Amino acid sequence: MAAAAELTLLEKCLGLSKGNKYSAQGERQIPVLQTNNGPSLTGLTTIAAHLVQQANKEYLLGSTAEEKAVVQQWLEYRVTQVDGHSNKDDIRTVLKDLNSYLEDKVYLTGYNFTLADILLYYGLHRFIIMKLRHRLVKELPPVTASIQGWGFSRVPGSNSVCEHRCAWQVLLNQRVKFVFANLRRSCPRHWIKQKCTELRE
Amino acid sequence: MRLFVSEGAPGSLPVLAAAGRAQCRAELLISTVGPEECVVPFLTRPKVPVLQLDSGNYLFSTSAICRYFFLLSGWEQDDLTNQWLEWEATELQPALSAALYYLVVQGKKGEDVFSLVRRALTHIDHSLSRRSCPFLAGETESLADIVLWGALYPLLQDPAYLPEELGALHSWFQTLSSQEPCQRAAETVLKQQGVLALRPYLQKQPQPSSLEGRAVSNEPEEEELATLSEEEIAMAVAAWEKGLESLPPVQPQQNPVLPVAGERNVLITSALPYVNNVPHLGNIIGCVLSADVFARYSRLRQWNTLYLCGTDEYGTATETKAMEEGLTPQEICDKYHVIHADIYRWFNISFDIFGRTTTPQQTKITQDIFQRLVARGFVLQDTVEQLRCEHCARFLADRFVEGVCPFCGYEEARGDQCDKCGKLINAIELKKPQCKVCRSCPVVKSSQHLFLDLPKLGKPLEEWLEKTLPGSDWTPNARFIIRSWIRDGLKPRCITRDLKWGTPVPLVGFENKVFYVWFDATIGYLSITANYTDQWEKWWKNPEQVSLYQFMAKDNVPFHGLVFPCSALGAEDNYTLVSHLIATEYLNYEDGKFSKSRGVGVFGDMAQDTGIPADIWRFYLLYIRPEGQDSAFSWTDMLLKNNSELLNNLGNFINRAGMFVSKFFGGFVPEMVLTSDDRRLLAHVTLELQHYHQLLEKVRIRDALRSILTISRHGNQYIQVNEPWKRIKGSEADRQRAGTVTGLAVNIAALLSIMLQPYMPTVSATIQAQLQLPPPACSILLTNFLCTLPAGHQIGTVSPLFQKLENDQIESLRQRFSGGQAKASPKPAAVETMTTAGPQQIQVLMDEVTKQGNIVRELKAQKADKNQVAAEVAKLLDLKKQLALAEGKPLETPKGKKKK
Repeated sequence: MAAAAELTLLEKCLGLSKGNKYSAQGERQIPVLQTNNGPSLTGLTTIAAHLVQQANKEYLLGSTAEEKAVVQQWLEYRVTQVDGHSNKDDIRTVLKDLNSYLEDKVYLTGYNFTLADILLYYGLHRFIIMKLRHRLVKELPPVTASIQGWGFSRVPGSNSVCEHRCAWQVLLNQRVKFVFANLRRSCPRHWIKQKCTELRE
Repeated sequence: MRLFVSEGAPGSLPVLAAAGRAQCRAELLISTVGPEECVVPFLTRPKVPVLQLDSGNYLFSTSAICRYFFLLSGWEQDDLTNQWLEWEATELQPALSAALYYLVVQGKKGEDVFSLVRRALTHIDHSLSRRSCPFLAGETESLADIVLWGALYPLLQDPAYLPEELGALHSWFQTLSSQEPCQRAAETVLKQQGVLALRPYLQKQPQPSSLEGRAVSNEPEEEELATLSEEEIAMAVAAWEKGLESLPPVQPQQNPVLPVAGERNVLITSALPYVNNVPHLGNIIGCVLSADVFARYSRLRQWNTLYLCGTDEYGTATETKAMEEGLTPQEICDKYHVIHADIYRWFNISFDIFGRTTTPQQTKITQDIFQRLVARGFVLQDTVEQLRCEHCARFLADRFVEGVCPFCGYEEARGDQCDKCGKLINAIELKKPQCKVCRSCPVVKSSQHLFLDLPKLGKPLEEWLEKTLPGSDWTPNARFIIRSWIRDGLKPRCITRDLKWGTPVPLVGFENKVFYVWFDATIGYLSITANYTDQWEKWWKNPEQVSLYQFMAKDNVPFHGLVFPCSALGAEDNYTLVSHLIATEYLNYEDGKFSKSRGVGVFGDMAQDTGIPADIWRFYLLYIRPEGQDSAFSWTDMLLKNNSELLNNLGNFINRAGMFVSKFFGGFVPEMVLTSDDRRLLAHVTLELQHYHQLLEKVRIRDALRSILTISRHGNQYIQVNEPWKRIKGSEADRQRAGTVTGLAVNIAALLSIMLQPYMPTVSATIQAQLQLPPPACSILLTNFLCTLPAGHQIGTVSPLFQKLENDQIESLRQRFSGGQAKASPKPAAVETMTTAGPQQIQVLMDEVTKQGNIVRELKAQKADKNQVAAEVAKLLDLKKQLALAEGKPLETPKGKKKK
């Protein structure tokens, strides 16, 4: 997903109405936002954090010092590790590491949904889709079980390709928007499960 | 909380500085771990520094750790800081880790290292100076400053990597480095060993991915459409309306061209190619082609322009070549001079003079400069230990010795420089030296030599540089190279050689010696001019009125920017010294390297046989000109650029504009009634034209070419939006609109033909003939866009300018030029004689090889005298070499021999 499209999607999720225009810079097509009242902002996570503030949803950047640092750390991870690599081994390492990090967590900061979850989700999206397309999906459950649970829907008992695909597609189309419209800080785990089940049906 | 660090891990610097600055160092427990220890349980690859929080969670990102410390001290995050940290992680770190890896692990130095980070450093410098803030994110130092300072410190603490031009960066860096938390962090991490303290850590790290297949980008930077003020539009329209009237009278071509007081006088040189090498594409773009574009541009500006070059003919290499080919050195020079001249003629290089260095003028001027240097005490005498090959009975010039590099152990280091580590080598320091001709081991003999006393000339040199460099257009790499030479201390430099083929040394006791080519080759520019006009001193002893532009690849910088200026300053004869030294980086060939000594790549004389016109070669080479960073010649890219930029963009636009005039208006330029959109377009084109001028005045040749393509893109869009081919069939108003659009478009095409002249002279002339552009307009380029084809002007016959390059055509060319030129098989100079031998000759040579092989085997079987065997082996090798050349095959590498 091009950075500009990603930011536009984020704007919608945040309930920002006006719709910024983004230009792209350099070979890597780094997004640039021309703000009304100041110099332009460059960089995906920089602009994303700025949008979150504009939408008065600062809690998405974390509330304690620790959370704030963790959020920024994963944002950095997104643009350096996830975006930076395209060879299979690197991708595998990224997925494996994330998977083991998320073993005992609901979200990247623990129990609070933040901007880091959104951007990392967007960033991983292309890998997972690629995997599905290449029918490597059999590797998926053991490697990325908890990522799936985190990013999409921890659907009890869903292991087959088809079900995964359904979960992904649902998520692609609705999940993120939905999550944004409804989720509040510290949302309990069972609540997500329930929503996921709803979605599935 | 516990901080895990590792000896020499660069990330410790910002982390410790931030902890100090945010006053949380007291709460930190610090544990030192090995560089390969996995501290963070969920990360596969080891990572330090890592901060383990009291919650048990880990922070493994250096910036995040620093941020955490700052957040604890009550600091609040802001957009600007976020932006800097994101830039640090995505742009600075990849460049910096590559640079540190080069410097610390691979032992590279200077420009190799600096070129990796130049862009990033310039970005910081510009941001600081543009905002005129002392710190990155405001008036006080903050998180962004600490993180970037910490990242940069290991490199920038060596002043060599912090050039003075980057003034704002310089003072920012100094300010931070002097602060207590930063100082303490630096002491703890670098332990006063400088950057080498990082070695234990960096050695254990994989090579940074930014270095693997370091992408050499041939892509342009983004174009942004500027916003125009009403005033600018009005000015552009006014200039346009004046049309041809505003052209000054064309100055008649002078012969000889001489400088005129009060006018702009531009003297241009391109590095003298060494006569016995056929230049490859990299040489052509670095020297003659770049200089040619600038010379043509300079003439379009009506500046008095003299562009000269010539072959550098003296030296051992010529002597050896002569021996090989059984000719005299003079005959060799005569033969190859013609080859060079032909190649440049084919590439349409507009020399005023293409001379040579083996002339009486060269002797006269060189000896004069030398005598003056002697008289002023700038020449020293000393005994030199030198390698002499007893088998060949001569002293060996640096380039005729090969051996093991004393610094890095590379096995095929040349006598003057190691190709691997890039260090300059004194030939007698080579381990296991070998004569490159006969492969026997040379001995060290002593000989009397003369030296230019560079240390004594250091002061005038520095004074001159201080006066010349600021505000000049010396390329950053040239500045850097000169600065590092001066920093490392100037040493006396030998200017004589034990040879016959050279300029004789006019001093008693030196009758059998000649000047070292690098003392007198740069004097070649003067003597070549002297052969062109007896008034040569008007150019070369006239520093007040002449701007001297010298073009070269970066390896030539020391001789032009330092050695020659020292000779000239020492001679105290008011010589014109280089005002703008324009050095390119290197051009690579596909995935490998062009190399004079190994003969890999496409060479000048072969370009003609590809069926691709010279202008297309010129265009593509200039499009990828290694300006600011290395670039690569790629066949696929050439096809792409030809088909997209030339055919679909430029050619398409110019052709359509002309065709509309012919088809819809009977070949006469229609009446133009400008609307506000047209005026805006005029202003955009004018702006782009001015941009083109600014760039070329600064000799940014590659960038200026983009301006041409941008204008034609605007033009294509303009036609596409206005659809003259539809409107011509419409109402009266529609037809008028079609006329205006066509008229404006064809005038843009005319402008493009002039802007294109320095780059593609033949195509430019073709367009001008098709459009019947009035002669004065063809030879002058003003800074404004004029209506040069007014309503009623009749154009000529329009036809397509470019041809599509097909995939299979390019594929077969790639095959043809890669055959036997693979990296592993160096092929010295084979290209020159490849096609000359017939089958009979080959048969004769094969027989001789067999015969000689038998002799060698016999001798070996008899356990004959070593020297005798060596001599016969040398003969055999020579025969094999001749055979390989005759067959056009790559040589068996001598490396294989060693392994046996």
